[in-house]
Amino acid sequence: MPARTFIDAIRDTLVLEMRRDETIIVLGEDVGKKGGVFLATDGLWAEFGDDRVIDTPLTESMIIGASIGAAVNGLRPVCEIQFADFIFPAFNQLVSEAARMRYRSNNGYGVPMVVRAPYGGGVHGALYHSQSVEAFFTHVPGLKVVIPSTPYDARGLLRASIRDEDPVLFFEHKKMYRSVRGEVPDTDYVVPLGKAAVTHPGSQITVVAYGLMAHYALEAADRVADDGISVEVVDVRTLRPLDRETVLDSVRKTGKCLVVYEDNKFGGYGAEIAAIVAEEAFDYLDGPVTRVAGPDVPAVPYNHVLEDWFMVSPEKIADAIRKLAAY
Amino acid sequence: MTETRSSDGTLAASVGLSDADLVEMYRYVALARALDERMWILNRAGRIPFVISGQGHEGAQVAIAWPLQRHHDWIAPFYRSIATCLTFGMSPRDILTAQYATASDPSSGGRQMPGHYGSHEHNLVSVSSPVGTQLLHAVGIALAAKIRKTGQVAMTSMGEGSSNQGDVHEGLNFAAIHKLPFVFVVENNGYAISVPAAKQVATPNVADRASGYGIPGVVVDGTDVLACYAVAKAAVERARAGDGPTLIEAKVTRLTAHSSDDQQTKYRSEEELAAEKARDALPVFRRQLQDAGVLTDEVEAQVAADITAAVDDATDYAETQPDPDPATAMRYVYAEDVD
Repeated sequence: MPARTFIDAIRDTLVLEMRRDETIIVLGEDVGKKGGVFLATDGLWAEFGDDRVIDTPLTESMIIGASIGAAVNGLRPVCEIQFADFIFPAFNQLVSEAARMRYRSNNGYGVPMVVRAPYGGGVHGALYHSQSVEAFFTHVPGLKVVIPSTPYDARGLLRASIRDEDPVLFFEHKKMYRSVRGEVPDTDYVVPLGKAAVTHPGSQITVVAYGLMAHYALEAADRVADDGISVEVVDVRTLRPLDRETVLDSVRKTGKCLVVYEDNKFGGYGAEIAAIVAEEAFDYLDGPVTRVAGPDVPAVPYNHVLEDWFMVSPEKIADAIRKLAAY
Repeated sequence: MTETRSSDGTLAASVGLSDADLVEMYRYVALARALDERMWILNRAGRIPFVISGQGHEGAQVAIAWPLQRHHDWIAPFYRSIATCLTFGMSPRDILTAQYATASDPSSGGRQMPGHYGSHEHNLVSVSSPVGTQLLHAVGIALAAKIRKTGQVAMTSMGEGSSNQGDVHEGLNFAAIHKLPFVFVVENNGYAISVPAAKQVATPNVADRASGYGIPGVVVDGTDVLACYAVAKAAVERARAGDGPTLIEAKVTRLTAHSSDDQQTKYRSEEELAAEKARDALPVFRRQLQDAGVLTDEVEAQVAADITAAVDDATDYAETQPDPDPATAMRYVYAEDVD
């Protein structure tokens, strides 16, 4: 089985899906000849041409809004927002339009489309090339939100997202694009949306994470193993719809839950996981549901010392695990 | 179908239509007005909580939708598009069940406020309340039509107030770049709720902006139904031929308050409101057709009787339709499995 980088898995999946289904189009800024600023769409324009790989003007709201229309009229757009930080001009189209089209038309219209966007910090991207924006969208019924952490999942989840009948936001941690490798089978497999994965079995503490933090959680689990702490890591993979049962089953087994996310702590996506665990697994808890997350400053600062201060790291997670284990 | 005897067909021929077409256009203009007036009566009688009206826009709406092909072309309408939706195939029952928000309301099953029409069956995109957003949907529909080579044209309409939204700029620019089969209609009634056009647009016409996108911009008198038709026909032909979008600005009037929750005498004078009545396309079109011998007394009486019957039927129907069941309110957040 070939080992692929995270970004290669994404690009190859786009190619394979576009060959399979000619209604799929890709549109976004610099996605054509250049192949995207991270090269996630490299080679697509050469193979599929101007009609199916469209370089748009710098108009995020148009990218999303026109994709909604194209989806209504028989295409499956996969659009790219160059950085998740720049998605906000399209917030109205995503939240007021894409998310509500099916509900408000009483199932008259659906919007099968995927919005891909690189997110996350730790790459010297500063305030506007580092953000984690998932919580803005996981809040919205009608949207699905996916954050893969491995090349295998990236392929399987991107396939599932493209084949889904509803709008899916597919966030890719940019630090993982070339630093994460993994085996990707050449089969036409799909990783269904709404299924979490237990990526490290353990018995004493459940750590729930996604994206880059799913990797850091695994590193932290290895570190604390030396201290005799057995950690179970749950990678949620799909943030909405959330696989509650896998999270709750793990917490009911371990009795302790640490939620890790890179976004600002207050009101972040992990707060919802913590609330669900507190509501539905309270009787099983032997300690407070705890969070490790980014500090509550508006965004990630540039200077590397400041960036390190902001970023959740395996060390910070390991410290939190030790503290919770001792509770 | 109505045949007139005293007409020599000159008027209809001047725009490439038949007398029967003109009578049908008149029927839709008058039907939209009658339905709209019924909505206000029902609101004042306490039967429906809210009305947003298309009165004053109907002539332009019917005329501009006329050259589009039902069940083939697309329209992304807005909340005043009652006449547009009727012309494109929705029925008076469809319009009034939306006012009553019944389970059978085909626009939304009672989920949306009145005025938020939509019908997949008729290629009418579901209307939302944030204004101007639908332009991008129509542009995307046109993009898909071009890529899929369907020969479809997509049209959207909105007021001049909505035309200031950023989405309009982004969408017109893209549609122009790719010469999409798209027609943008601004129904300029002079007011964005209470704010007059002079405080919304610095140029005399919204259509003046078209040159900035490299597309034609046409101003047409919305009181003149046949002029609106001619302009729309040219724009649709241009779009279908692959020559790109057109911006049509129809100068219409708003005969009612913004909505049933608005008191327009607070910001419009009695003199202005009285003068604007002269710009109502319905009596102007009626007189034009009468003068040309197209609309005889006999035909007009029949049309009026048909409309009264249709509006009464729609009212009686909507009055008796059940409310949606709260047990269904969680449905269609996402697609449901069909297997």
